[in-house]
Amino acid sequence: MVLNRFPLWKNLLVIGVVLVGIVFALPNIFGDAPAVQVTADTGQPLDDVALQRVNSILEARGIPFGPSYLEDGRVTVHFPDVEEQLRALDLLREQLGRGFVAALTLAPRTPAMMRAVGLKPMSLGLDLRGGVHFMYEVDMDAAIGQALDRFETDFRTLLRDERIRYKSVRRDGDTVRVVLENADDRRAASRVIANADRELSISERQVGTDFELVVRMTENQVRERQDFAIEQNTVTLRNRVNELGVSEPVVQRQGADRIVVQLPGVQDPAQAERVLGATATLEFRLVDEVNSPFEARERGRAPLGSALYEDRTGQPVLLRREVIVTGDQLTGASAGFDEGQPAVFVNLDARGARRMGETTRANLNKRMAVIFIEQKRDTVERDGETREVTRTEERVISVATIRGVFSNRFMITGLEPLEARDLALLLRAGSLAAPIFKVEERTIGPSLGQENIERGMQAVAIGFILVVVFVTIYYRVFGLIANLALLMNLVLVIALLSMLQAALTLPGIAGIVLTVGMAVDANVLIFERIREELRNGNTPQAAIHAGYEKAFSSIADANITTLIAAVVLFTFGTGPIRGFAVTLSLGIITSMFTAIVGTRAVVNALYGGKRVQTLPI
Amino acid sequence: MDLFYIESHIEFLKARKLAFAISAVLIIVSLVSLATRGLNFGIEFRGGVVIEAGFPESIDLPPIRAALEQAGIDRSVVQHFGSSREVTVQLMADEGVDAGATRDQVMSILRTVDARAELRRVEFVGPQVGRELAEQGGLAALFALLMILAYVSFRFQWKFSLGAVAALLHDVMITLGIFSLLQLPFDLAVLAAILAVIGYSLNDTIVIFDRIRENMLKMRRKTTEDVIDASLNQTLSRTIMTGVTTLLVLLALYFLGGEAISGFSIALIIGVIVGTYSSIYIASATALALKVTTLDLIPPQADKDEQSGVVP
Repeated sequence: MVLNRFPLWKNLLVIGVVLVGIVFALPNIFGDAPAVQVTADTGQPLDDVALQRVNSILEARGIPFGPSYLEDGRVTVHFPDVEEQLRALDLLREQLGRGFVAALTLAPRTPAMMRAVGLKPMSLGLDLRGGVHFMYEVDMDAAIGQALDRFETDFRTLLRDERIRYKSVRRDGDTVRVVLENADDRRAASRVIANADRELSISERQVGTDFELVVRMTENQVRERQDFAIEQNTVTLRNRVNELGVSEPVVQRQGADRIVVQLPGVQDPAQAERVLGATATLEFRLVDEVNSPFEARERGRAPLGSALYEDRTGQPVLLRREVIVTGDQLTGASAGFDEGQPAVFVNLDARGARRMGETTRANLNKRMAVIFIEQKRDTVERDGETREVTRTEERVISVATIRGVFSNRFMITGLEPLEARDLALLLRAGSLAAPIFKVEERTIGPSLGQENIERGMQAVAIGFILVVVFVTIYYRVFGLIANLALLMNLVLVIALLSMLQAALTLPGIAGIVLTVGMAVDANVLIFERIREELRNGNTPQAAIHAGYEKAFSSIADANITTLIAAVVLFTFGTGPIRGFAVTLSLGIITSMFTAIVGTRAVVNALYGGKRVQTLPI
Repeated sequence: MDLFYIESHIEFLKARKLAFAISAVLIIVSLVSLATRGLNFGIEFRGGVVIEAGFPESIDLPPIRAALEQAGIDRSVVQHFGSSREVTVQLMADEGVDAGATRDQVMSILRTVDARAELRRVEFVGPQVGRELAEQGGLAALFALLMILAYVSFRFQWKFSLGAVAALLHDVMITLGIFSLLQLPFDLAVLAAILAVIGYSLNDTIVIFDRIRENMLKMRRKTTEDVIDASLNQTLSRTIMTGVTTLLVLLALYFLGGEAISGFSIALIIGVIVGTYSSIYIASATALALKVTTLDLIPPQADKDEQSGVVP
């Protein structure tokens, strides 16, 4: 038997893995070009028609552009420099119109041939490319509270419509209490409410002369309502992100009550947050023309059926409590100018339009106010414990005289230009079903992202060179073989990351650096064994054979323990730390192959089956 | 080149009493420090906001502190980060849950100090999320330990397992102790590093145990102490080689990787050094103290199969 010869299939396997690795790692060497990415705001994939349109828009204006292509349902266009990129962005936003989102991005310069077969470079995490990561929590108490408030109003209307006399209907904690005058009324009310919503749990109670109904949402209803709130909020946030125009954004539900939003490349977290987190909605209400607002302010109390507000100049204004139209009846909104003043043009749905038409017809030359309502979150200290409370902030943004009858289309004036833009955007994207508040933010500026990449790559390069030099001095020719394996290991890790499209993060790079140091271990174990066997008087061929054979169980044990730690880290870890777990795991797995099978193939090719007197080890 | 072989007949275990004493002192100091000073948890675990700003040239901290205090932000920690041109402002969560407003306010204050201040990084973790992260982190460490334990006891006889665990706890405690003593910031990346240390330390220990097991079956005439000493010497050059290559890359990472990754690098550097030492002394000496004998190692059939192994 000839020692140290690989069967053909094993050699082919090694060559195959190396080639595949190189092919998949290759897209990473081309760098990035400034580009504009166009997507449909519905998230539907775009087709060739859209691509042709983008191309012709750019050609018509004579903006020079590089390759343009469809990928994952998105149109990507490369530009020679940032100036052309910005010009093109403005042009595309203007000409494509509604339904499309155009965003700046950096696109890999991968040649068309590679792109066509789906080869992509590694995707970079936010800490390397810069951008914003927000995690929001949906205020579930508020979501349930809103539902109960709605029940309260609905019950009143129901009872009134059915002509059942009631003492009071009011929300109390997680119940709605309906107080009636006698048992008959109570029976009737109970029937009406049960008919309206069969799922509600209704119990009867008597307190003194009060005949009470205690209405409660079932667990099922609560869960449904919560699910609805988070789903609805995810959709709204996705719409808002589209309005922001960001390339490759992520909006994802996480767990029972959280939503993660990632916006690569966004440099101004404040603007993103203003748009995303805004819980703004609008209400249109009539001004109370009968009572004096100044009197009300002095008394500190508004007359029945009205509420006291301040307008933008700080003047008091009394508004009627009935709401004509709310923000969720809007079907469209755009910012613009009317007679030189910033304005928001608003479209209403049919129901809203009818209400608006009736109201304006009946109230010509009276005043109507637009109220901007926003949920804010405060921290208060109570009993030495900090807790968060939601507070509603209402602002009157405009009070204007009704000059004519309008229904489905009208405008709001009296805003600053920036306010008009933000308001239009928010109204378009829809309002949130329940308030959200931010529980986590990670913002990385673009310069820091770039620095992180450079530093990380430098650490990999220098660490690699140090190890290579050290190993070469120590193991000579065998050291060179080990270094070759190390290099291949690096290529394979990059190839796998590109294949899996797992985001590379800074801790991920640290994981790669660590694998470079630890991957040599397998070869060290093997080479030390070979040396020992040589010292014990074995022939070089026998020493090589025994070295690889005896070192194997140690290598496997040692790597499996580290792999366990890495897998646990992946399971529990969040964010960038996961990147570390991923690269460490991949590095360990690939290093087993390169260090054991890879080096053996080379050693066998060099020495196997030949007459060798001494080994350069 | 064969550096370590010539001198390699060291009687490691002769010094085991001394080693135990040193380790005992280190562990006691670590525990005392952990109990009294605790760890300097980063905002990821405690909840809070960190805002990092960059300036075109180096900037002094006192004017920034003064400006922040004047604006009513008086319990912030202001530090240089990496170089004198980068500054971080850190606030605990209970002082500023509205991170967006805090961020914007701090940035505008920094711009009054120097108009060219540029926002580089914001990290905000709410108190609730912080608690969750800390809980998850603790669970991860515990889970990793248990899994590794299960693996080691499956692969080795229980006396060895105990030795490995002793070494592991030793390494983790001393690494944590040094972080506590120097009050180095302890964040998620450091926790990840600790888990990697667990993996590395065991890696080292297992290689030595593998050799002890092999030698015990081969050198049945010798005393356990001699066998362990011989095994330690035989694996010594590997132990040092791997330690050195790992330390080389970690030093590269520490000096070149930037401030964001420095805590991670330090934890691993400490862990690798302590881990190497503990594999030699703590793990082997514990196994010896538990009186491992050849009898413990008459291999079950399954073990034998693995010894002859799948050979590439």
